[in-house]
Amino acid sequence: MSVIQVDNLKKSFGQLEVLKDISTEVKEQEVVCVIGPSGSGKSTFLRCLNRLEDITDGHVIVNGHDITDPKININKIRQEVGMVFQHFNLFPHMTVMENITLAPIKARGADKEAAKQTALQLLKKVGLEEKANSYPGELSGGQKQRVAIARALAMEPKVMLFDEPTSALDPEMIGEVLEVMKDLAREGMTMVVVTHEMGFAREVGDRVIFMDGGFIVEENVPSELFGNPQHERTKAFLGKVL
Amino acid sequence: MEIFQEALPVLWAGLKLTAYITVIGLLFGFIIGLITALFRLSPISPLRWVAIWFINFVRGTPFLVQLFFIYFGLNTLPFISLQPVTAGIVGIAINAGAYIAEIVRAGIQSIDKGQTEAARTLGLTGAQTMRYVILPQALRRMLPTFVNQAIISLKDTSLLSVIGIAELTQRGQVVVSATYEPFKIWGMVALMYFILIYLLTKLGDYLERRYEQR
Ligand SMILES: Nc1ncnc2c1ncn2[C@@H]1O[C@H](COP(=O)(O)OP(=O)(O)O)[C@@H](O)[C@H]1O
Ligand SMILES: [Mg+2]
Repeated sequence: MSVIQVDNLKKSFGQLEVLKDISTEVKEQEVVCVIGPSGSGKSTFLRCLNRLEDITDGHVIVNGHDITDPKININKIRQEVGMVFQHFNLFPHMTVMENITLAPIKARGADKEAAKQTALQLLKKVGLEEKANSYPGELSGGQKQRVAIARALAMEPKVMLFDEPTSALDPEMIGEVLEVMKDLAREGMTMVVVTHEMGFAREVGDRVIFMDGGFIVEENVPSELFGNPQHERTKAFLGKVL
Repeated sequence: MEIFQEALPVLWAGLKLTAYITVIGLLFGFIIGLITALFRLSPISPLRWVAIWFINFVRGTPFLVQLFFIYFGLNTLPFISLQPVTAGIVGIAINAGAYIAEIVRAGIQSIDKGQTEAARTLGLTGAQTMRYVILPQALRRMLPTFVNQAIISLKDTSLLSVIGIAELTQRGQVVVSATYEPFKIWGMVALMYFILIYLLTKLGDYLERRYEQR
């Protein structure tokens, strides 16, 4: 069964049509990387998958629920869809521990002690156990992003969405974040990753989607998409970034 | 020297009442302001409408007229009988409330949109997001502006003398008419206000510095 199924998704901001008929699916344990030039609609596509953007037309089915249905409890759906942002968006007035335990306690009604134990395990997983009582302002960019990943994982999501998670990082910190993401992929997490890290897409991705101008121009396994692109636009883009 | 000794206890009592009315008035003003700000930003348009008109009306009328309306106007209605001090507190609370509403609204809107997105993405409801993520940050950021409003409200309490509240300014008038020493007595009254406001300013500076550290 697919974790996410997208049927003829369209999204406009006023007059501007940003997504023009997107259909694809993400299967369980699959890692799908989304690449494409800036402004091609990658972020918008990702943000439609948890209805952070209102969907103009088409259907997005997440874990069997059509999230375009206005009657659906979107908060419940979102609990199962983790999201990691380019700019981390940690809560600056809370400690790392509070950042991670807030949603499990308030949204899912988890026991406080249990939530803390889970948080500690997750921090260990991302290599930051000793930062539990730090504030985000005291962390480096790479550390912030690893906390953001732990915060999303604390809700035990079925799928994780990443929107250029390393684009705001200094070069020397990109590796540590990609490592955590690789670990996740290895453990079987279903992931959709918008990225400019072609090495990551090639190595970790099960499938790569190339977007341009609001369309999926081409999607394929990484070896094919990178080694034998079918479309001129894909070739032109890869020529610039590789 | 004697005149100071005579006047001080009387003025001190007035100062205490001034401080009392300011603190209680601001406390209710804060609650009114918070609720009005949330109404103002609510997706429900009648709530927004009520908030906008409340804010506009209070900001568009003189405080003294608001005070007369509450004390002399409302008191003519059946079942309402406000003591002067109560009327004074209500006046300060409503007046400060409208201004605080705008302060809180600006504070909420100054918080990065990414904060709301991160919270909603985790499955928190809109109300939980406001309560745990947005408001704590907005209120912290707004502390210096709150202190500013507290100073304005404190000064406004001197107008309460006209409805016969024995706050600092009113006591000043009483002592002056008894002693015929307007220069010394009004000088003392001014100094007492100044010290109180100076302390508030310092508190504001301190809070501002503490906020910037994080
Ligand atoms: N909230 C918005 N309002 C209006 N236009 C938007 C909004 N978000 C994105 N866009 C526009 O949609 C297009 C695609 O943006 P985006 O999805 O961020 O692209 P990408 O992530 O591929 O760089 C851009 O032209 C952008 O200006
Ligand atoms: Mg983007």
